[in-house]
Amino acid sequence: MIQYTDKIREIAGRLLKDGTVEVFIGYRKGTVPMMNEPVLIRDPDQVDTLHWDVNCGLNLCNYLTRRTEKIGILATGCNSRNIVTHIIENQIKREQLYIVGIPCTGMVDHRAVKRAVGGKEILSAEQQGEKLIVKGADFEKTFEIKEILQSNCAVCRHRNPVEVDEMVADPVPEQEGVEPYKDVESVEGMEPRKKWEFFTRLISRCLRCYACRNACPLCYCPTCFVDESRPQWVGKSNDPTDTMTFHFLRAYHCAGRCTDCGACERVCPVGISMRQFTKKLNKDAEELFSWEAGLTLEQRPPLDVYRPDDYNDFIK
Amino acid sequence: MANKVFSKDAWLEALGGLKEHYRVFLPLKDGDFFTYKPIEEAKKIHFDYDNTRLSPKGLIFPQSERMFEFSLDTQDPEANILKEAPKDDSPRAIVGVRPCDAHAVGLVRRNFDNPEYRDPWWVKHVEAATYVGLGCNAPCATCFCKSVGGGPFNEEGLDAMMVDLGDRFLVRALTEKGEEFLSRVQGGEAADEEVLKEARELAQKVTDEMPDTVPTGRLKDLPVMALFEAPFWEEVAFACLNCGTCTYLCPTCWCFDIQDEVYKTEGIRLRNWDSCMFPLFTLHGSGHNPRDQKFQRVRQRFMHKLKYYVDKYGDGVQCSGCGRCVQFCPVNIDIRRVCGLMDAYEPGA
Repeated sequence: MIQYTDKIREIAGRLLKDGTVEVFIGYRKGTVPMMNEPVLIRDPDQVDTLHWDVNCGLNLCNYLTRRTEKIGILATGCNSRNIVTHIIENQIKREQLYIVGIPCTGMVDHRAVKRAVGGKEILSAEQQGEKLIVKGADFEKTFEIKEILQSNCAVCRHRNPVEVDEMVADPVPEQEGVEPYKDVESVEGMEPRKKWEFFTRLISRCLRCYACRNACPLCYCPTCFVDESRPQWVGKSNDPTDTMTFHFLRAYHCAGRCTDCGACERVCPVGISMRQFTKKLNKDAEELFSWEAGLTLEQRPPLDVYRPDDYNDFIK
Repeated sequence: MANKVFSKDAWLEALGGLKEHYRVFLPLKDGDFFTYKPIEEAKKIHFDYDNTRLSPKGLIFPQSERMFEFSLDTQDPEANILKEAPKDDSPRAIVGVRPCDAHAVGLVRRNFDNPEYRDPWWVKHVEAATYVGLGCNAPCATCFCKSVGGGPFNEEGLDAMMVDLGDRFLVRALTEKGEEFLSRVQGGEAADEEVLKEARELAQKVTDEMPDTVPTGRLKDLPVMALFEAPFWEEVAFACLNCGTCTYLCPTCWCFDIQDEVYKTEGIRLRNWDSCMFPLFTLHGSGHNPRDQKFQRVRQRFMHKLKYYVDKYGDGVQCSGCGRCVQFCPVNIDIRRVCGLMDAYEPGA
């Protein structure tokens, strides 16, 4: 995927020069290994700062909310599905966007890499084709990228963008036979008490820094419920009940909307797998409504639509 | 001041024997990272971490701390009277503190313990603490303590310092508290001149080899309004998520918010860490928010650490160079880069 960089620069330069877009949103190479920084480019002469590799695991759709310009934006499969969701939810207009599609084969799980080198400091991690070469002061290790993918990427079924104006390369084959909900099924099989213990332990390290919420393109409310004070829905200390309330409610707000992009987990400073919450809701949306978020502009999400002919009894 | 040298096994055993004198906290492995925990929770102690994910500031300035308790029961003669909530200020030893985190205590002291204001709880918690440092034989690539007035073997803020000499630890007392701590540690031998020399040479070598990467020299002379209005803030702030990672992981961020929580007729007054990255931080009761734009909040964090603090106290930046925000900012906003932009800024250019 690293070879996309040149193509991205070429496209961004062209779009900015010919006035198709006023700004272009992509990534620039990070200052620390396995981190790239989202960047907004206005000047066609600056496009050489754009960069692409397997460490672009944030969700750029997050940066669209409330922008008014004509925007060029990079979009992988999941990012494009969030853009679709943003359009459906009236957070951005389709005609404001020029979507540059990236066929994606997955992002690297920086924590897994760190774990695999025994927690040692990583001084560089460079992608070479399908491999990641990781170096430290006294070691060098080569990883097959497909072995160290973020867990959401490993089970991704929509690697190609669903809504694009232009692709940087031909689509990649979609993964066959993935089992996206195996971990959810194991939680579903637990006794209620075990489940509670599982989730309590899952979030026990939470700092309430809200990186998960803020990295998520679905969280665009002008005032989040945790920040409201009249009434105050949830306490602001690190009391476990309040922390649990935050995680539950955040997850429910994502029901039928989450694309499992993994940004929430990627950004967590203490490594919480909060996708354990959202994935259950994704599974329910798929099983109950045959719905995966953001695949089409033609249909509204199941939880924000009312139809008199709904076959479920509860709605009548 | 006393110096003792311990075999590594003897040192671990000695720490275990301190329970009657101190509550001992030290970095313990918690999943993928290290965090300060009581020694009672230790399955294994290994002083081989780069640093802890969260700084030890939470041991002195907890993320949530009960300040007062009160009753709202009208039958209670003491209804509506704030009473100080009990706090544990028994002696505590914080062992294995990296020099950057100890240096940070001094930076934070200017806020919590100064001629104008004295925060009783912060002061008592610090007074109860003995800081036993661990010199950094191998500073990380993200560390820049040397650029901000510290160093990998800087002793400021520490009561004693451990130096890792391979199979042994040299432990040197630096203050009276450290002297007392060392006198209570069982075992070990007095360090001879050879060991002290070895440690001195190690510290010198590591300090000399550490690059001085972050320029701060011009910050104090640049006009504050010019920096405030500098053109780079929007670019610096673009990627920011306005999460609290940088501020919560930072050993020098001290801001807090005060909240009352009530259940039936009982209430508590708490203080919680707050973050200038959150819009709520500056939201007025009127609904007006003087920092309602993301770039304003990002600018505030950097201006506070790298300019306002510099101007107010005239003794360097409010950053100890631990590099946590550099490593863990989810979108890679790098304070070293921002400091460089600020320091190199030419107003009007």
